[in-house]
Amino acid sequence: MSKYTEDDLREELKTKEYEYGFYTDIESETFAKGLNEDVVRAISQKKNEPEWMTEWRLEAFRIWSEMEEPEWANVTYPKPDFQEIAYYSAPKKKPKLNSLDEVDPEMLATFEKLGISLEEQKRLANVAVDIVMDSVSVATTFKETLAEKGIIFMPISEAIQEHPELVKKYIGSVVPPTDNFYAALNSAVFSDGSFCYIPKGVKCPMELSTYFRINEGGTGQFERTLVVADEASYVSYLEGCTAPQRDENQLHAAVVELIAMDDAEIKYSTVQNWFPGDNEGKGGVFNFVTKRGLCETNAKISWTQVETGSAVTWKYPSCVLKGNNSVGEFYSIAVTNNFQQADTGTKMIHLGKNTKSTIISKGISAGKSQNSYRGLVQINSRAENARNFSQCDSLLMGNECGAHTFPYIEAKNKTAQIEHEATTSKIGEDQLFYCNQRGIDTEKAIALIVNGFSKEVLNKLPMEFAVEAQKLLEISLEGSVG
Amino acid sequence: MDLKDKIVSSYVAFEDKVNLNSNVHEIRSKAFQNFEDLGFPTRKLEAWKYTSLNSVLSEDYSLFPSKEVSIDLADVKKYFIHDIDTYKVVFIDGKYSSFLSETTHEAFDVCLMSSALTKPKYKAVIENYFNKVAKQDNLTSLNTAFAKEGAYIYIPRNTEVEKPIQIINFTTGSEEATMLQPRNLIVAEQNAHVQIIERHQSLTSNAVLTNSVTEVFADRHATVDYYKIQNDEITASLVDNTYIEQQSESTVSVHTFSFGGKITRNNLNFYQKGEHINSILKGVTILEGKQHVDHHTLVHHIEPNCESHQDYKGIYDERSTGVFNGKVVVEKEAQKTNAYQQNNNVLVSDKATMNAKPQLEIFADDVRCSHGCTIGQLDDQALFYMQQRGIPLKEARALLMYAFANTVLESVKIPEVQNRITKIIAHKLGVNIGFDL
Repeated sequence: MSKYTEDDLREELKTKEYEYGFYTDIESETFAKGLNEDVVRAISQKKNEPEWMTEWRLEAFRIWSEMEEPEWANVTYPKPDFQEIAYYSAPKKKPKLNSLDEVDPEMLATFEKLGISLEEQKRLANVAVDIVMDSVSVATTFKETLAEKGIIFMPISEAIQEHPELVKKYIGSVVPPTDNFYAALNSAVFSDGSFCYIPKGVKCPMELSTYFRINEGGTGQFERTLVVADEASYVSYLEGCTAPQRDENQLHAAVVELIAMDDAEIKYSTVQNWFPGDNEGKGGVFNFVTKRGLCETNAKISWTQVETGSAVTWKYPSCVLKGNNSVGEFYSIAVTNNFQQADTGTKMIHLGKNTKSTIISKGISAGKSQNSYRGLVQINSRAENARNFSQCDSLLMGNECGAHTFPYIEAKNKTAQIEHEATTSKIGEDQLFYCNQRGIDTEKAIALIVNGFSKEVLNKLPMEFAVEAQKLLEISLEGSVG
Repeated sequence: MDLKDKIVSSYVAFEDKVNLNSNVHEIRSKAFQNFEDLGFPTRKLEAWKYTSLNSVLSEDYSLFPSKEVSIDLADVKKYFIHDIDTYKVVFIDGKYSSFLSETTHEAFDVCLMSSALTKPKYKAVIENYFNKVAKQDNLTSLNTAFAKEGAYIYIPRNTEVEKPIQIINFTTGSEEATMLQPRNLIVAEQNAHVQIIERHQSLTSNAVLTNSVTEVFADRHATVDYYKIQNDEITASLVDNTYIEQQSESTVSVHTFSFGGKITRNNLNFYQKGEHINSILKGVTILEGKQHVDHHTLVHHIEPNCESHQDYKGIYDERSTGVFNGKVVVEKEAQKTNAYQQNNNVLVSDKATMNAKPQLEIFADDVRCSHGCTIGQLDDQALFYMQQRGIPLKEARALLMYAFANTVLESVKIPEVQNRITKIIAHKLGVNIGFDL
């Protein structure tokens, strides 16, 4: 057997540069850096938005200017200078396309490098892809198939034009601009994002997915996603990201709002693989995201996330279980390596009777990274028979990383049943030895064990993502076992 | 005038009564400065997120009760563990009561902080230990600034204290409202063994706020067994700050029984400064009315091969609120740490609230750390089963609750304390059974 020691593995990992770090040279129209009311107005104008939207943005901007940046998260990073960011950038050749042939070939090549072949996906995976490249959607596929069912799936900027009544009704209803610093900022300057509406009783026939990419240097990305599932409908939404390598820190402050009406179900999956910074902790994306879903009676929202990228992650996909018998789920794998920091978790707010929530969080930390779980389970006084189960497991690799758990549990009803469990462990030498004995080399054994550790969450991902996520886990962790 | 201003302006009066040219006073002045800067904690602080002191701080406290009040042993006997022989350090309104106490200087010292702080005989110990492990936070600083009286216990090496030591603070309500700042120091040298029982008791329904600080040092192989019984009047509030520093192979266990009081905040901090240390933190909380108890624990694993065990059980009735905030920190060097934390709660009434925040901060990889936290209710099937067999509902519920709390009770090493707690629990639950069915 070849002598492939852990040190070799670690060395290999260290030298493994971010594979997807490249930069596409597409002429972009970028605003001058800085943020004030005029910039907000200009963004709104640029997008040809109606009056109410402009006002909404301005209101959010006013709220934001009075807020202070939050500091409670267990992460340290240089504070972004909000006047040093350009708040709008769009590819200049703004093509309105019906087929892939019309897409800029250079951009297509970019996606090819990322392994996202549109043709292949269109043909094989039956996935409608709404690609967001630097904030403006350039290609929307399968729109027609969806239109037949009455499903609206389009960039939010278009939705504002075409379905203002829907957008007006739901935007900011789950995450109001007053919610937090970054939600307010996003509300003021969001450039684009996706809008999805599933009509009553419709089961969306395919997985909806969006690939977000941050492309232009020095551009903040402010995505806004709004998914509305009307009564008794079902949708599964996928989101995945990679970003080119860049030296200065990039800020990403997205807002995702989900609304599940009576009996509806939304499944929202994320694979996040933004540039985490190099192995000295230089560069990398700041990922400050507000994600929240609202469940009406008998509704269900399920968040699944695989977080492997970003220098700093600060993200708590939450469920407000407003209706009786509603269900909230959160499945997460957060992997941190080198100097990455992740402070992530969920909030489950139980308001209705017989509401149920499940939290499965797996944190894997390696290198010099810090990985925190921060979660809130709140049972309000009228939430009879509420049920929660939380499990937070951490896996530590090496003794320079940290794993932390900050669960908040608040119960105001005696019929509540809440269970919380957390464990911290490392990959046991005996486990590795067992594998080695059976002819499985150390690297494979680690992959096997990590896979087993993460299985509960990986299982929740749709097929296409599960494969990608598994690959990502391996790339992020190879050889970092101490 | 709010309480902070009152305290700040009364410091000059306090300085009149103590020796200003001592090292101790230097520590006091620094702490006073610290408190003046920080003020009382508010809910904006993460550590006080679930506990507001506002309702307690609004009283017009008398800071230095001056009236001498004597009390009859017969009246207060029930507050002692009186069926066994013990050493006793008793304070009435913050003043030492030699009549009720039983101290010693023979093989070891069980005496008063006031003499330890002033007499040259104790100087070395005070210099080594006083205010060394206590955190410099707002309320501890407040206590340090006014530190004058309390229990002083010093056990030299290879000494086993043959009987438990009781520390009891009575308040007589001679003033409308009384604020106390007891300060205890407990030092167990190498291979020393000591058992301590602590109680704060108000004798009337006048308001009391006790801000107590206890420092415990356990040297190599030392064993300290500490029991805190909190079953005070509904008008009495307690902030109990306990700081424990342990050296290699020592064992310190603290049992906290919280059954009474208006607001009780227990800040229990363990610092492990050696290897093969065992720290045990256990507690039973049974509340009713509008009582509020907040357990705030910290176990800081600094060196390798140590253990910590936490087990907190809570039963909350009526409008009571409970808080458990347990934090385990495992430093990078603290490999092979075994840390367990368990917090189970039962909400009996619709209006009761439980907030839990079991926290882990881990920087070492070869460790076993786990925590479990549950909030639930009594098992209907078990209740039905017992009722079927002729046990009335009330007794059946009490039995289940007792069984629920029993994991903590069974590790109490003094049988008389165990009996007493059992009786208090039976009384609390309104039943007349001994639980030894």
